[in-house]
Amino acid sequence: MKSIVRPLRRVTVMLALPAALIATWWFTSAGSQNFYFPPLQTILDTFAKLWFSSQAIPNVLPSLARLSVGFLAAAFLGIAIGVPVGASRTLRNVLEPVLEFLRAVPPPVLVPVLILFTGIGNEMKALVIVSGCIWPVLLNTVAGVRSLDEVLEEVVRSYRITGFARLWHFVLPGASPQIFTGLRQSLSIGIILMVVSEMFAASDGIGFVLVQYQRTFAIPEMWSGIIVLGIIGIVLSLIFRAVEAWILGWYHGLRQSQRAS
Amino acid sequence: MSAPATNVRARTSARTIVWLQGLAGLAGFAALLEIVPRSGLVSPYYLPPFSTIVVALFDEIHRPQFWTALGDTLEAWAIGLAISLVAGILVGIAIGSSHVLRTLTQSTIEFLRPIPSVALIPLAVLLFGSRIQSTLVLVVYASFWQVLIQVLYGVQDVDPVARETARSYGLGRWAQIRYVIWPTTLPYLMTGVRLAAAVALILAITSEVAIDTQGLGKEIADTESGGAVAAMYAYVIVAGVIGVIVNLAARALERRALAWHPSIRLDSAEAGA
Repeated sequence: MKSIVRPLRRVTVMLALPAALIATWWFTSAGSQNFYFPPLQTILDTFAKLWFSSQAIPNVLPSLARLSVGFLAAAFLGIAIGVPVGASRTLRNVLEPVLEFLRAVPPPVLVPVLILFTGIGNEMKALVIVSGCIWPVLLNTVAGVRSLDEVLEEVVRSYRITGFARLWHFVLPGASPQIFTGLRQSLSIGIILMVVSEMFAASDGIGFVLVQYQRTFAIPEMWSGIIVLGIIGIVLSLIFRAVEAWILGWYHGLRQSQRAS
Repeated sequence: MSAPATNVRARTSARTIVWLQGLAGLAGFAALLEIVPRSGLVSPYYLPPFSTIVVALFDEIHRPQFWTALGDTLEAWAIGLAISLVAGILVGIAIGSSHVLRTLTQSTIEFLRPIPSVALIPLAVLLFGSRIQSTLVLVVYASFWQVLIQVLYGVQDVDPVARETARSYGLGRWAQIRYVIWPTTLPYLMTGVRLAAAVALILAITSEVAIDTQGLGKEIADTESGGAVAAMYAYVIVAGVIGVIVNLAARALERRALAWHPSIRLDSAEAGA
């Protein structure tokens, strides 16, 4: 009995507050005459109509495609550039101020800049996402490579492990906790840039339809779009966490055992 | 006596070399921005030479609009950051010091936090138009979670022995917060401040680009659509410099506030863990 009761209690505790909040929203908004805050029921009806239809695919897929292309390209480039920069002290000293500056440029300003270069097509949005997402990955990779375990480094050198084997079995795993910190920051920047670039100039995508709804005062539709964007954010962060748990499982285990001892 | 002296001198000269290398990097970057458009690799219309951008920057500095825009951006950033700091600290300590509240709210926080604040843009526009409140909604929503999460980590990290000791000595609720919880939480809070300060700036500029609230982001969007490309790059540089200053100031504050601390516990590797 006990084995059933405990997880059951945990689920109840987990769901209690969200359920209460949604119920509050449902009942306080029921019959709401306020133009901006329609009843939750209306929003959910619209949501089902809009986003469980064939119309959802042409609006959501382009956004997600641009985000994944941009994010993955930024991750690859950031790590590929970050490893050599982190490994060389001179390179690091020379490039660090420039990189710190580039990272400090708030990424949304890239939207107007890149429109100049590439117009308002898909390339612009993917490029905006790449150029905004790359800096956290790059700088965290640099920091991670720089603080690799010195003893391990000497072991690797004594065994004359070099080249790709050194990179794959020593440098990347050693820096991976830091790299993932950067990737996590990049992901939230990427979502911001996806939406902003579509709001600024686009003909499809979730940011675009969201602005259309708002400009045409289609309020329940707008609310349903906000919910979709929220769900995208939550699902992406869950996927990210799963990937992180899979790749960094060894690291979290190590830290836990260190903490316990 | 001479050994430490040479040591200090060696260290200062090493630091000078690092400085010089960094300066060389910046100079190289500026030179690249000068040469690439001049050589025709990229059309100078899209990317004017660095010197042209600098001239445009000096022109802009003499316009009052520049300072208004700068002031507007900083105002929205500062107010938004202050609101999320106060709210994050209060809510964080309240939730963190109660086991019941912590378990009850955990799932909700985990659910609300990854919702991108840009999702709120249409709502903010409808409610506030392009006034500063719109920016504040985005800034506060994004940076509040950064502060809250760190405060929650911090409060949880309080040494049980210290807490028991405080209780045995009969410290009241406020004294416990002041002398036990606060010092433990401070390093975590400072990490939160550093992250929140950067995020708040990003969202302030986002709101200016996307919904035309007054500020640097709006100037960038306007100069781009008006074809004043050099001026646009000048504003981009200004935005970057502000970003650097915000980062440096947050780090300086962190060092200062934690000067008493034996070590700065959270490195960036663990900041988001």
